[in-house]
Amino acid sequence: MGGGSSRIYRGNGVKLMLPSWLIIGSFLLLPVMMMAVYSFLTKEFRGGVIWEFSLAAYDQFFFDRGLFGDEPPKLEWTYIGIFWRSIWQAGLATIACLLIGFPTAWFIATRDPKSRSIWLFLVTIPYWVNLLIRTVSMKFLIRDTGPLNEFLMASGIISEPLGLINTNFAVQLGLFYSYLPFMVLPIYAAVERYDFALSEAAADLYAGTWTILRLVILPVVKPGIIAGCILVFVPSLGAFLAPDLLGGAKTFMIGSLIEEQFKGSAGNWPFGAAASMILLTIVMCVLLVYARSQNKGEAR
Amino acid sequence: MKKLLASTAVALLSLTAAAQAEGKLSIYHWFEYIPQTLLDKFAAEYDVEVTMDTFDSNEALLASLKAGKLGSYDVAVPGDYMVKIMNGEGMLDTFEPSELSNFGNIEKQWVDVAFDSGRKSSIPYQWGSTSYSVNRDVYTGPIDSLSVIFDPPAELKGKINVLDTAGETLTLASLYLGIPQCSADREQLKELNALVQKAKADWASFGSDVAKDVLVSGDAAAGMIWSGFSAKARAEGANIEYAFPKEGYIVWMDNVVLLKDAPNRDNALKFMNFLLEPENAAAVTNYAQYTAGVTGTAEFLDPEVANSPESNPPAGPKGAFVEACSEDVQVLYDAIWTNLKK
Repeated sequence: MGGGSSRIYRGNGVKLMLPSWLIIGSFLLLPVMMMAVYSFLTKEFRGGVIWEFSLAAYDQFFFDRGLFGDEPPKLEWTYIGIFWRSIWQAGLATIACLLIGFPTAWFIATRDPKSRSIWLFLVTIPYWVNLLIRTVSMKFLIRDTGPLNEFLMASGIISEPLGLINTNFAVQLGLFYSYLPFMVLPIYAAVERYDFALSEAAADLYAGTWTILRLVILPVVKPGIIAGCILVFVPSLGAFLAPDLLGGAKTFMIGSLIEEQFKGSAGNWPFGAAASMILLTIVMCVLLVYARSQNKGEAR
Repeated sequence: MKKLLASTAVALLSLTAAAQAEGKLSIYHWFEYIPQTLLDKFAAEYDVEVTMDTFDSNEALLASLKAGKLGSYDVAVPGDYMVKIMNGEGMLDTFEPSELSNFGNIEKQWVDVAFDSGRKSSIPYQWGSTSYSVNRDVYTGPIDSLSVIFDPPAELKGKINVLDTAGETLTLASLYLGIPQCSADREQLKELNALVQKAKADWASFGSDVAKDVLVSGDAAAGMIWSGFSAKARAEGANIEYAFPKEGYIVWMDNVVLLKDAPNRDNALKFMNFLLEPENAAAVTNYAQYTAGVTGTAEFLDPEVANSPESNPPAGPKGAFVEACSEDVQVLYDAIWTNLKK
């Protein structure tokens, strides 16, 4: 820090930190702590909690005692299965976004600087519309009586509707469409900074296209790719709009399972909080892996 | 000049008076149930600023009030069993019949109801039934049984929408099996569990707020649905028929309740009295296509609403109110529901 600025800021450190502390404290730490506390309380019938310590919520998550609760405890697969399905869906959506998002970002970053902003603008336009509206629109598009099927049938390509609605594919499509820009934008930012002279240098040294991509480009744009993957994976994990509206709500996702504990007849707040805590732990682990890989990259 | 200034001031004053209504009324209501024109009429008649939030299930209403919304709404519109639950939770205020000049308009059969005997905290709003409707372009067979939903004919397999609430779906399943509601009998619950597990393979989707839309759009060829929603779907062009199955169907009544700690208790009572006016009750019926619990609405009803098949159940099949189970039993039904959607 230069002498001048340190003189201005000296003694004001705490004051300057205050806004960020307030925001992190009141919007992040406080709610998470409330959730942690609620997950260890006793449930009240039809919602609410009784202020008595209990591990029942975590017990319910991990142990199966049969429908009537009198069988010897086994490992409970119901909720692990729901979590696994959500992780799997989110993972697939992330891969799909990466496969389409990377070339898109590359394309935009390699246009001349003037037109780049137009392309970026086009990518972000759908995000001016509410997520719910976009998901419902997607439903209208792909339903059996929707324009996609009508067009394909009218042009004779298919004779029966494709039957896309209420399938896992529809959920994937919804997640992919919802979160694609979160993949494109960070990768774009990384590729834009890439010095294309490096590719030329590698080519001069007889590196093939694949080798250049693998050994020269990827290491440079990796932070962008990882950031994009996290930005797509994390919201996909908790998504319940796409599974509900496009997947027909036939199976619980993490998001809808938690919602059911607060809005459904179950009314089991501690269990909803416990499921949220477990989800939070998974997300934290993913972020830790990311942070460590970043540190390694810097150490090199 | 002075005169001009004075008259401008008067004009301005009256303007602000018009913009600033006398009082407020905050309503928590089911979605797509009350016509905006009726709210506007109340607002104009009593000079009250009306705001309304909506919910999509009785349980969602309870959850929201429990999570701290009690005290911000004046009236809510819970179904029968939820009135009882909310009363048990101490969420309802009471009033005297004398506080509502139209109290006498309530139909006799709806005064001494099991969920609020003597109507101390609630007034009847609309009642109807929950059953299912079938698209007659797709399926022309008989619809006198709940088997159409729980053991569907080949034409309907994979084209059925069921309501996304444990209460309604599991109650209809229990009626189909002839199991009493809130049964804790092991064999009966295992049978119920097996039935819905098997039937799920034939269901396309779970959805309550979309129950009408899926029938109109053709996403589903059959679906559990509320009577008025079915009538509206027909009005929107779906060629559907509403069933009154021989095993029974759900009857429900929605009620306007006076909430505890209502910020505008006086306006809440004015609004409840307003809704007991036959003309206004009929306006809700004409919009939502259910049946009002108030006498004297006949002359205000649209003929096609009054004569709709959904609102005129045949003599044979019986309707049953949903029962509120005790905690140890409710846990079992919740487990069956989670098991169904895992």
